Amino acid sequence: MSIDITGVTKRFGDFVALDDVNVSIPTGQLTALLGPSGGGKSTLLRIIAGLDKADAGTISIEGQDATKLPPQKRNVGFVFQHYAVFKHMSVAKNVAFGLEIRKRPKAEVKQRVEELLGLVHLSQFSARMPSQLSGGQRQRMALARALAVEPTVLLLDEPFGALDAKVRKELRDWLRRLHDEVHVTTVFVTHDQEEALEVADEIVVINEGRVEQIGSPEQLYDEPANDFVMRFLGEVTELDGKIVRPHDVDVALQPAAPGGTPATVTRVLRVGFEVKLTVTTDAGQDVVVTMTRSHMRSLGVEEGSKVSLTVAPGAVAVPATGGVPTTLDETPAAAAG
Amino acid sequence: MVKVSAPAKWTLRLLAVGYVFFLVAWPTGLLAYRTFEDGLSSVLDTFQEPDVQAALKLTAEVAIIAVVINLVFGVTISILLVRYEFPGKRALSAMVDVPLSVSPVVVGLALVLVYNGRDGWFGPGLEENGVIVIFNTPGLVMATCFVALPLVIREVVPTLHEIGDDQEQAARSLGANAPQTFWRITLPSIKWAVVYGVVLSLARSVGEFGAVKVVSSNLRGKDLTATLMVENKYQNFAQEQAYAIAFLLVLISIACLVVVALLRPKTDD
Repeated sequence: MSIDITGVTKRFGDFVALDDVNVSIPTGQLTALLGPSGGGKSTLLRIIAGLDKADAGTISIEGQDATKLPPQKRNVGFVFQHYAVFKHMSVAKNVAFGLEIRKRPKAEVKQRVEELLGLVHLSQFSARMPSQLSGGQRQRMALARALAVEPTVLLLDEPFGALDAKVRKELRDWLRRLHDEVHVTTVFVTHDQEEALEVADEIVVINEGRVEQIGSPEQLYDEPANDFVMRFLGEVTELDGKIVRPHDVDVALQPAAPGGTPATVTRVLRVGFEVKLTVTTDAGQDVVVTMTRSHMRSLGVEEGSKVSLTVAPGAVAVPATGGVPTTLDETPAAAAG
Repeated sequence: MVKVSAPAKWTLRLLAVGYVFFLVAWPTGLLAYRTFEDGLSSVLDTFQEPDVQAALKLTAEVAIIAVVINLVFGVTISILLVRYEFPGKRALSAMVDVPLSVSPVVVGLALVLVYNGRDGWFGPGLEENGVIVIFNTPGLVMATCFVALPLVIREVVPTLHEIGDDQEQAARSLGANAPQTFWRITLPSIKWAVVYGVVLSLARSVGEFGAVKVVSSNLRGKDLTATLMVENKYQNFAQEQAYAIAFLLVLISIACLVVVALLRPKTDD
């Protein structure tokens, strides 16, 4: 295991940022620390890097105990949310910084800088100042800078948080492709579940200083450990006292098979190729249902339609009051009967 | 920008210009006029006098030493105040501003009380070891240091706050130790604040009067700085000479400010 985090606890005054966290980060993979803001993920990342100290627990990197080591001895690359570029140095000098600190020969430094700038597609900007670059370019430079010293581990703290949506998506794909090329153990922090699901090999969900679940994107989405993970990883809606995914709600026009919940379609919202229906049950509860446009057409459902709602067989469901999730193997009618 | 009506705009401009004119421009202009009233040669004669030259030399020495000391301590204290937590930090922060609120005369008096050779706390001890503070150059340096102390700090601290420590953390994560981080990252990023602080300190050190007056023996050729010389000449009815020296001091201050205005890049970092 590349990074072993054992029993890490961190308090800021009365506020417990991390509570006895135990995680093992696999070597060579892209791992995401996912969770809501203030949940402790950035704190954990900084403790791994040595920029903050834990109150209790140990960190070991590649088998070596790094708990007491200062950041400059840990050989980790760190990329900050707001880039932390060295404003008074050119792009090339920024990238060369780590190598110059290690007193590498000039020719070696020059060659490595050229190589990295080529890798991040910033070769033509090598003499420019960071203030002349866009946000996305600055972050690519920051990545090149972190990779220059061949770190054992690459840590990214909400690296695309300060960028606009389109650039964020582009850099997301780009990071994945870069990792496929470079294969450095990478850990990145994000509160955007779409980002984590798209980019990471493995996701660690952290909430209120505790690890909620660790697994691959498919595992987390299809087998959430509790209702927090289910809610956080994607849209949910409540039906029959259970939390399910909106695309797992079956809609049929009334009169339908018994066992369904009677309801009326109160709102139809078209989002791209999908349709988002707000359906109010006769008991007054709002349920969100998503389906493709063509499916809606074939059902013949529209605003004001009286329908019957059931949870699709095989759907993941978590009891609404919290607790262990279940996968429904039977139709509700059979279960009730 | 707030929209103001045309007459109001002109009134405000008139007020601002009038204020600067009556308080600064006119007296300075009058000073220049009086200085050169009797022609350039009498002005140059003043600066040939050995006492005047000694005074200017002393001012230069004292000011430069004081500025260097304040530069080193000022930058150190600024970094301490902004980047570190320690008990007594707020007390230190408050004490840094004391020299601005206290009258320089009080400063001079306090130094005399502590360091004078007869009954001061440290004075007799120091004098036994050959270090004379009061009525001597070290006292002048201390007095000047004290009054200019906050100037570097008050420029550097806000800049340090503003740039944040992200860059320094990045440097550490890349393998830089504390001195390397300081010289390669911190210092270059506060460059202009330091320069501005140094120039203000220099102007203030050159112009200090009250504190050095109390600490000085006021003996010509030995302990008179340029500012004290101005007073001395004026009181001995050599007004034109007083004006000449005063004019030179004004020129130095203006030169300092012009240098900074030219050096500072057009776009703020």
